[in-house]
Amino acid sequence: MLTRKATAHQGTLPEAGVILATNPASTATGNILAKTMDRRTFLKRSGLVAGGGALATQLPYNMIGSAEAADVAKDKTGVETKRTVCTHCSVGCAVDAVVENGVWTRQEPVFDSPLNLGAHCAKGASVREHGHGEHRLKYPMKLVNGKYQKISWEQALNEVSEKLLAIRKESGPDATYWVGSSKQSNEQAYLFRKFVSFFGTNNMDHQARICHSTTVAGVANTWGYGAMTNSYNDMQFSKAALYIGSNAAEAHPVSMLHMLHAKENGCKMIVVDPRFTRTAAKADVFTRIRSGTDIPFIWGMLYHIFNNGWEDKEYIAARVFGLDKVKEEIMTWTPDRVQDVTGIPEAEVLRIAEMLAKNKPSTVVWCMGQTQHTIGNANVRAMCILQLVLGNVGVSGGGTNIFRGHDNVQGATDVGPNPDSLPGYYGLAAGSWKHWCAVWGVDYEWVKGQFASQAMMEKSGITVSRWIDGVLEANENIDQDSNLRAVVYWGMAPNSQTRGLEMVEAMKKLDLLVVVDPYPSATASMSAMMRKDGVYLLPACTQFETVGSATASNRSIQWREKVIEPLFESKPDHTLMYAFAKKFGFEKELCKNIKIDKDKQGWDEPNVEDILREINRGTWTIGYTGQSPERLKLHMKHMQTFDIKTLRANGGPCDGEYFGLPWPCYGTPELKHPGTPNLYDTSKHVMDGGGNFRANFGVERDGVSLLAADGSASKGAALQIGYPEFDHVLLKKLGWWDDLTETEKQAAEGKNWKTDLSGGIQRVVLKIYGCHPFGNAKARALVWNFPDPVPLHREPMYSPRPDLVEKYPQPADKKVFWRLPTMYKSLQDKVKNISKDYPLIMTSGRLVEYEGGGDETRSNPWLAELQQDMFVEVNPRDANDAGFRNGEYMWVETPTKGRMKMRAQVTERVAPGTVFLPFHFAGWWQGKDMLEYYPEGAAPIVRGESVNQGTTYGYDSVTMMQESKTTLCRVTKA
Amino acid sequence: MARMKFLCDAERCIECNGCVTACKNENETPWGVNRRRVVTINDGVPGERSVSVACMHCSDAPCMAVCPTDCFYKTEEGVVLHDKDMCIGCGYCFFACPFGAPQFPNGPSAFAARGKMDKCTFCAGGPEENGSKAEFEKYGRNRLAEGKLPLCAEMCSTKALLAGDAPVISDIYRDRVMHRGKGGEAWGWATAYGRPENANEGAKEQKREGAK
Repeated sequence: MLTRKATAHQGTLPEAGVILATNPASTATGNILAKTMDRRTFLKRSGLVAGGGALATQLPYNMIGSAEAADVAKDKTGVETKRTVCTHCSVGCAVDAVVENGVWTRQEPVFDSPLNLGAHCAKGASVREHGHGEHRLKYPMKLVNGKYQKISWEQALNEVSEKLLAIRKESGPDATYWVGSSKQSNEQAYLFRKFVSFFGTNNMDHQARICHSTTVAGVANTWGYGAMTNSYNDMQFSKAALYIGSNAAEAHPVSMLHMLHAKENGCKMIVVDPRFTRTAAKADVFTRIRSGTDIPFIWGMLYHIFNNGWEDKEYIAARVFGLDKVKEEIMTWTPDRVQDVTGIPEAEVLRIAEMLAKNKPSTVVWCMGQTQHTIGNANVRAMCILQLVLGNVGVSGGGTNIFRGHDNVQGATDVGPNPDSLPGYYGLAAGSWKHWCAVWGVDYEWVKGQFASQAMMEKSGITVSRWIDGVLEANENIDQDSNLRAVVYWGMAPNSQTRGLEMVEAMKKLDLLVVVDPYPSATASMSAMMRKDGVYLLPACTQFETVGSATASNRSIQWREKVIEPLFESKPDHTLMYAFAKKFGFEKELCKNIKIDKDKQGWDEPNVEDILREINRGTWTIGYTGQSPERLKLHMKHMQTFDIKTLRANGGPCDGEYFGLPWPCYGTPELKHPGTPNLYDTSKHVMDGGGNFRANFGVERDGVSLLAADGSASKGAALQIGYPEFDHVLLKKLGWWDDLTETEKQAAEGKNWKTDLSGGIQRVVLKIYGCHPFGNAKARALVWNFPDPVPLHREPMYSPRPDLVEKYPQPADKKVFWRLPTMYKSLQDKVKNISKDYPLIMTSGRLVEYEGGGDETRSNPWLAELQQDMFVEVNPRDANDAGFRNGEYMWVETPTKGRMKMRAQVTERVAPGTVFLPFHFAGWWQGKDMLEYYPEGAAPIVRGESVNQGTTYGYDSVTMMQESKTTLCRVTKA
Repeated sequence: MARMKFLCDAERCIECNGCVTACKNENETPWGVNRRRVVTINDGVPGERSVSVACMHCSDAPCMAVCPTDCFYKTEEGVVLHDKDMCIGCGYCFFACPFGAPQFPNGPSAFAARGKMDKCTFCAGGPEENGSKAEFEKYGRNRLAEGKLPLCAEMCSTKALLAGDAPVISDIYRDRVMHRGKGGEAWGWATAYGRPENANEGAKEQKREGAK
């Protein structure tokens, strides 16, 4: 029987691992008994026996600790231990890498890390394999007559840059598209934003678009910042936790360390999901929901909460704006209506609502199950409203614990290549450009001259979810001069984006496709399948081969040491950006304040610490200013001093600071802000990591004040009332201006807390008056600037319920949205009855062994052995109706004529009417292995059909998030 | 004297396979040889539980009893090891083992052609010199000799898999059981984890827990 664990195909992988020596010459056995005796006496001496017990008491729920002193000589010459961080998810698990003479030989757990306490999942426990990298892209390659050929770096850089410059000359800079990466360090992601800006376009994006863009937009517009409010560790304080659209046991396994400990101490764990996930298997309560109906469920809970008077009235009055309007909508969601739409009976909804309301602080966790919908922005706001009504935000043990995906997707969102913003969410207005030009030390007019026009400079670029339409859409329908002619895939997998059938057509039509990646990725094979030339593959190295910082989901920033030198001919991303900048002629501007070092091969390498210092000098909005390289390194060195529940250092050189200086860490590094463990927490002083909701949307709306009520402010603030954000005018009005030094005054004149490069305004407001630089306002239950100010349920584009499409339709189509026409209602009407032919809901998700598009992890033999086949989970009823059995090959077919061949896993994990496909596979196309299209020796070990070959059209009405969690399909016997 | 044991807490195991890849990483076992694996019952339905299984380093090991060349030996710490130089790859140990621990590099082929048996060593190497190249190539790392515990347990994502001296890990487990009020029904609890100096205590305890 096929289970989730693949049966081992023995002997199919001759190159993997070390074969155990069975050399007959070594059979001189010697005296085994004597050797055993040796070991026994040795163990006695080593104190191993006593060692285990002592550690168990030191670590209250972590029972494993390395025992004490050992005799085996460790001070071998040439052996070093480097501290780095796993690159596979946002938990931020620390790794100690043992390096012998430049080779990564061993991986040791870091028990001192307050985030993971030494723990790893399958991916984290296997990162040393990156140091082997047998399936990596080893040198630059070029597609010649349908086959990839090795070329030199010089040839690659020359040809690629010449072609890009030619396209820019002929069609303008907006004819190029740059897909950046959440796998890059903060410094690389930041430099990439700057690099593409200097090329002259906002056409850039990264993984966050298709993972949590709806969260970032929805949550930031509700209360200030688009990030996880609390931390994995803080969940140990929760009394109840609702996971909705998150399979943490597979996607963030080490987060479960904290949750399961909380559960042992009485926390109620609730999972709401279309699937009985491995997370559900650990829950106290599991309820199945129809995919894409989150809002009716949340409103259903709030209906009971309001009816029973369980809301936190005082909190709402002091800190929430616009709830009345939302409540009107909520109260229309009567239990029968909720059950009709979601499939969840009233008793279950009431039970969960009561658990959350009566076991406070209660927290909520969500991931892609909430975000990847056309109404993702509304789903996440409904979750925020639930937590606001319960008074759970800004509270330890509460909050919205939004688990991010990639290891640095939070950081890349904060300071990286976003099409609609400069680093730090400054936006694209002229003032934002001028702020950053001042930080970069370049002339604003020069940057403007790099763009096609000022209008294009201030217009949001195309999103990565839609680049294919930038190529394929008729030119008169797009909001830029030329269609896209060149695409650079710099650290992202194409099989994670929807509408694969159209993607290969777009790849065919391009003039130039460039892939920069440690692994050649599905981009290489998909494009080689479609064309004969015009594709370049450039080897980048992994984060283990360079230095830099990464922001975990809880906003803690960790510094990675370089473990090994870049393998083969690969180079770090920032080195490659600089090499291209030289070809484009703006390397001086790119690194005005950044020292250039020489690497071992004599390449110019921008100094990573200098890049971080530049981020520190400019990113005032979200407090990326206090995390200097020196402070981050100190935290990495003294991890053992941080508390595993509060993350606060108790004594030692980081005393009072929170681990990784979770942003916002305001002011200059010299201000010594400790970082913010839980956002908006009024029970703490702002210089202790406290805060309140942000005043980002004016001071009043329709005659109603948006500022917090009197008496609601962070602990010890000089102003115990609501107040607007600080600028030079307010400072002068309050008589605080003279607290600035003379130099600070000069810098702060005419500026606000976000643009004062001296940090003086932040220093005075925080340190002297204990106030919050961004003001003190109410959270917005009503986000008036969004298409649905009150979150509304809308049926998915491809819905199995035509009757509900009538009642809850998509909005009207948009003519120009992120430079592209976007369909909503017209398409939904067209496919309203398509469920007759495609009756099953198709949803997708993660496997613990793989990550993202999976090229990297499917190339790792230790992981690949555990999942050898693409599969689909089908309920026994649907499998029997279609006539196939467990383990057999079958077809999944979708309305776009997508056809995907894979094995069936017949299981009750999914309900009748729903199928689930993991999204990590690529390398098969409509039943055929694409091995021949990969560069020789660089194909992943495991290949399979990609779910996104068959996914359908549908985009969020605010952020252009793709709809990949709910569409329709049918299954047939192969 | 210590008795080294594994104990997997099924209430904590989330089937993440971290233990499996940690073992691969540390011992560099080839594709197809799995010293450790995670077994799931009731997969996909309520009651789903997983446990990580490897050699349990039995108190009275059946593999030792059946081996025709007597290649097994037990250390003072209760770790069951074997000498690959003496192993003839007959596979008797595999049939005797209730946990499926013995692995063969050439898979289920005929007698002897299976290759020398390989199994979990509790990261304690083998008869070769501690920490030597020969020991590593035949048996993997010897962490015990370095004062460390098996990497699978050290890296377990939820600290479900415990390794160490039986009284120590049983205390930890007992503490969790008390907090959750359930879960003390681990099979073989008294036999494997009870304190030797109080031979009856474990048995009594199991009775008490069974009566709950």
